[in-house]
Amino acid sequence: MKICVCVKPVPDTAVSIKLSGVAGFEDSEMKLVPNPYDEYGLEEAVSLVEKQGGEVVAVTVGKASAEATLRGVLAMGAARAILVKTDAQFLDSELTAKALKAVMEQDGLPDMIFTGKGSVDTESFQTQYRLAKSLGLPIVNEVSKLTLDNGKAVAERETGGGEKQVIEMGLPCVIGATKGLNEPRYPKFPDIMKAKKKEIRQMDLSIFGIDPSKGRVRVEKLEIVPERSGAKMLSGSVDEQVTELVRVLKEDEKVL
Amino acid sequence: MAGTGILIEIENNMVKEASLGVMTAAKGQEKYALVLGQEASSVKEKLGEYGAAHILHITAPGNLSANPDLQALAVADAVKEYQLDTLLGTASAMGKDMFARIAAILEEPLVSDCVAVNIKDRTVKKSHFSGKTFATLKINCSCLLCTLRPNSTEPEPSPTACDIIEFEARVADPGLIKIVETRKAGGARLDLTEAPIVITGGRAIKSAENYKMLEACAQKIGAAVGASRAAVDAGYAPHSMQVGQTGKTVSPKLYIACGVSGAVQHFAGMKTSKVIVAINEDKDAPIFSKCDYGIIGDIFKIIPALTEKL
Repeated sequence: MKICVCVKPVPDTAVSIKLSGVAGFEDSEMKLVPNPYDEYGLEEAVSLVEKQGGEVVAVTVGKASAEATLRGVLAMGAARAILVKTDAQFLDSELTAKALKAVMEQDGLPDMIFTGKGSVDTESFQTQYRLAKSLGLPIVNEVSKLTLDNGKAVAERETGGGEKQVIEMGLPCVIGATKGLNEPRYPKFPDIMKAKKKEIRQMDLSIFGIDPSKGRVRVEKLEIVPERSGAKMLSGSVDEQVTELVRVLKEDEKVL
Repeated sequence: MAGTGILIEIENNMVKEASLGVMTAAKGQEKYALVLGQEASSVKEKLGEYGAAHILHITAPGNLSANPDLQALAVADAVKEYQLDTLLGTASAMGKDMFARIAAILEEPLVSDCVAVNIKDRTVKKSHFSGKTFATLKINCSCLLCTLRPNSTEPEPSPTACDIIEFEARVADPGLIKIVETRKAGGARLDLTEAPIVITGGRAIKSAENYKMLEACAQKIGAAVGASRAAVDAGYAPHSMQVGQTGKTVSPKLYIACGVSGAVQHFAGMKTSKVIVAINEDKDAPIFSKCDYGIIGDIFKIIPALTEKL
């Protein structure tokens, strides 16, 4: 079984963002990590292959610096990786899906594709749907439980308010992973050493005839959201504190 | 002027509050309220009150509710038939899934989870990098597809004469996926992402049992109860209640964090709340430096006292 896992390199959530120009951010010194949701997809793919045999191929569309991120992905168990390189800091979902489709067709179509439910940088929740549509494959997103049975995949997803759907589909299929699906492993030292020797095939986005400047979603402006500061601390006895809290929420903030 | 479609979400025969917010965000446009499957006449009055000129009641051969692909095809067909140049919806679990499918079918750009939309200029504003930045995006499209974060626009009535248009979509189930089971949560739980008020319990809640204390408080003010990652990982609450990165993003008008330390990953899921209140025994908890109101104290004393006062 061949499984492709799409991995997006993203800034670590704990790192602060510095702007660069009107619509960009400073990323030359920044260490990018695999999108946390993609790690759930990667772990699922690796454990499936450990059980049933096959190969996990990590696929990334990103800057050349994503090679370092992919080493970490290889240490988590992918057999090899493909990096489609672009200098663009922001590649819209339509073009990303197009690049992923092209590279998968070139490498040989997989039996399953995993992605995260969305990425924590641009939070746009759609690349996997476009990829699935263009390949004519079923897609289920936000999957927190998955079983394979007789060439069928059964996926469980939450639909809000704690309600769950169980969805059945044939293979190949696209699965958008989320927390609950598994607990991604921490690579051990020998895995990290092994990963250094694994193949990362690199190519330019332009070989697929994709031009980042033709994206139909353009970032016009990026601005830092100011942190809250100077919280009003409520003091006194428990009774005084809650009385004052209810008063400010009702009278000053009008949220009660 | 081409029309603006709004995909309406209905629960227990009532239009969801978040959908009314989306109607308000499309102020000034000729609005088509898209109602899938379900009966349209029971929601006509409400949708007219919030400015729908037309209700587009969409049906299709086959069971629409059993298949998100079929639903998306039916909506896409309606968008083309009525030449809508904008389609807005809610960034709920259902809305995000549906819009991604519709965008792939129509081959149009989509922006998910926006906090503001300018229909005329084709620009939207949304969070990038887990709430650390806002991005203004310009969309080059024939039909602007956009989901809006619940509570980002306060619903405001703007009564309009409203008619019902029956539309039977010409679609067939592509047969790729099938919903085999839907499991309801116990009781009528308020959806976290759409609730106007959220009360979250962190690690300091100490047990699953103790969430009852938060639920009692929540019930009095129509709030939903959430949990921090630490509390979920400790087994006190299910993942469906988790707020923050790897959990849910919420944006209520009031967020009350009880015994939550306030990690960056937690803020990623609640930073755009209007008012943030933190209650924590630890005076050095990071949450106190990033909230609006803070109380240093024992949540097991403060929450019951607060519940009493509400």
